[in-house]
Amino acid sequence: MTYAIEASGLVKTYRGGIRALDGLSFAVSTGMIFGVLGPNGAGKSTSLKILATLSRPDAGDACVAGLDVLRQPDRVRHAIGWVGQRSGVDAEATGCENLRLQGHVYGLRGRELDSRVADLLERFGLAQAAGRLARTYSGGMQRRLDVAMGLVHRPSVLFLDEPTTGLDPEARAQLWEEITRLANSDGLTVLLTTHYLEEADRLTAQLAIVDRGRVVAAGTPDELKAELRGDVLLVELAEAAPPDTVRAAVGGADGVRELALGDRLLRARVDHGATAAPAVLAALEARRMRVASLTITRPSMDEVYSRHAGRAFAQADREGESKKGNR
Amino acid sequence: MKTLLADTWYVAMRHLRHFARQPWWIAINLVQPVVWLGLYGALFKRIIDLRGFGAESYVAFLTPGIVVMSALSSSGWTGMGVIDDLNSGVMDRFLVSPVRRGALIAGPLVQTACLIVLQSLIIVAVGLALGARYRGGVTGVLVLLAAVVLLSWTVGALSIGLGLTARQRETLIAVVNFSVLPLTFLSSVLIQPSLAPTWVQQVAAYNPVTWATEAARAAFGTSPDWVLVRSRVTLLALLALLAGLVATRAFRAYQRSV
Repeated sequence: MTYAIEASGLVKTYRGGIRALDGLSFAVSTGMIFGVLGPNGAGKSTSLKILATLSRPDAGDACVAGLDVLRQPDRVRHAIGWVGQRSGVDAEATGCENLRLQGHVYGLRGRELDSRVADLLERFGLAQAAGRLARTYSGGMQRRLDVAMGLVHRPSVLFLDEPTTGLDPEARAQLWEEITRLANSDGLTVLLTTHYLEEADRLTAQLAIVDRGRVVAAGTPDELKAELRGDVLLVELAEAAPPDTVRAAVGGADGVRELALGDRLLRARVDHGATAAPAVLAALEARRMRVASLTITRPSMDEVYSRHAGRAFAQADREGESKKGNR
Repeated sequence: MKTLLADTWYVAMRHLRHFARQPWWIAINLVQPVVWLGLYGALFKRIIDLRGFGAESYVAFLTPGIVVMSALSSSGWTGMGVIDDLNSGVMDRFLVSPVRRGALIAGPLVQTACLIVLQSLIIVAVGLALGARYRGGVTGVLVLLAAVVLLSWTVGALSIGLGLTARQRETLIAVVNFSVLPLTFLSSVLIQPSLAPTWVQQVAAYNPVTWATEAARAAFGTSPDWVLVRSRVTLLALLALLAGLVATRAFRAYQRSV
């Protein structure tokens, strides 16, 4: 098994003593889409910056495309494409100028560059807008130009740092499609960070869940979800009810393992959705609480995250945000 | 070396295209020094009557000084583009590419040099129109251009270094605004240093703005003191090199902090 990316024991502490990475390790096989999932401030971007030679770790080793990131950064740079969290597009230049400069920097010249730029503009639906200043592009167009720029020199590994943050749903779906195509048809290894659980679930073949600078779980999205045996019951009550009453009613029902209560919403992890559902319904009916709807689902990445990180994703996200603010 | 030159060329072209898309900014940069030349020239016209001033007309004396002063203030803003690139993410994209770090400094400096040359030629032309006569001819103008371009590279490289470390437009604006006038007044731009207080003379002797002005004035004269010209231009070249190294170090400091 050859790995396109290997990170082992990465440690990085920023000035002010904020530890962004605390012994982070993972490996990515060639040709797959690998996701690094975590809340804000978990260390996703920092690990990507180290792998892409932008930043250096305090300790640890990393290899990309078989090259040592710390000892051969120049060779690594030729092998990788990078799409940062902030757009790397020069807004005061046209789409075409952006792509050409990017090509020049990687040593592409003449006809080779012309045809590569034309191909990419076509493929990312930017041919019409190629002569316009990037400042006039929509968010989705700018992001597509970003990805195209990261691919100009045909890298073997592509880094995408939260590629769909800030995009509208349509642009996001379009980009997902494009990223999937890259890995499937071009044999490209894609490492993407995301803090959308749904994105990790839909897009990635393998996944590392990162929390507080460490990998807390890794595997395929299905494997990770399968660790959480059973199903999730989502019950919507017709009228609000005191949480204690609801807990007392459902908590004892057969097969219910965990319970989370909202105002009128009840979320229960159960062994078997099909057998637990009638029991839960009966328990609620017995206390005269009417049910408006009931859904049985497989556990989502939300559950996976909170199980491994020991706290809810949204909460971790808020904590990470305030930590960043202090930096 | 070949890659460095090629990279510098492509990065410089990017900055020159930006530059060409901002006609108003160019216009202000070109008009402002002409206003200074007209204002200072008129205001201090009688200054040559002071004993020991030793110039035939103040405009002739002032023109090289205004060229240097304008180069100083224009090149101070070079780091602004770097700050914009840092904030937009363009800089990170360059830094993960194989582009030479030197080209990221040299590229904007080429653009600054183009602006400075254009600006200087216009000031010289206006000086001529206002009645200044330069005995040094074309050679004199070339020496002037060499001196101000070297000065602008020094200032520009330091401005880039500051941009990389401060990363905020406000800081750069404050530093440039704070330093341009003192550097100008503590030099031979406006007045013969021999007429200034001793402490000003002493400071002015070490001020690169003085070096550039001295070289240009000497080369404009009837029988130029080439030893002086050569020594001043050499000093400016060394200083520009040093500033370039400082800016390169600033890149490393930036990468350590991300």
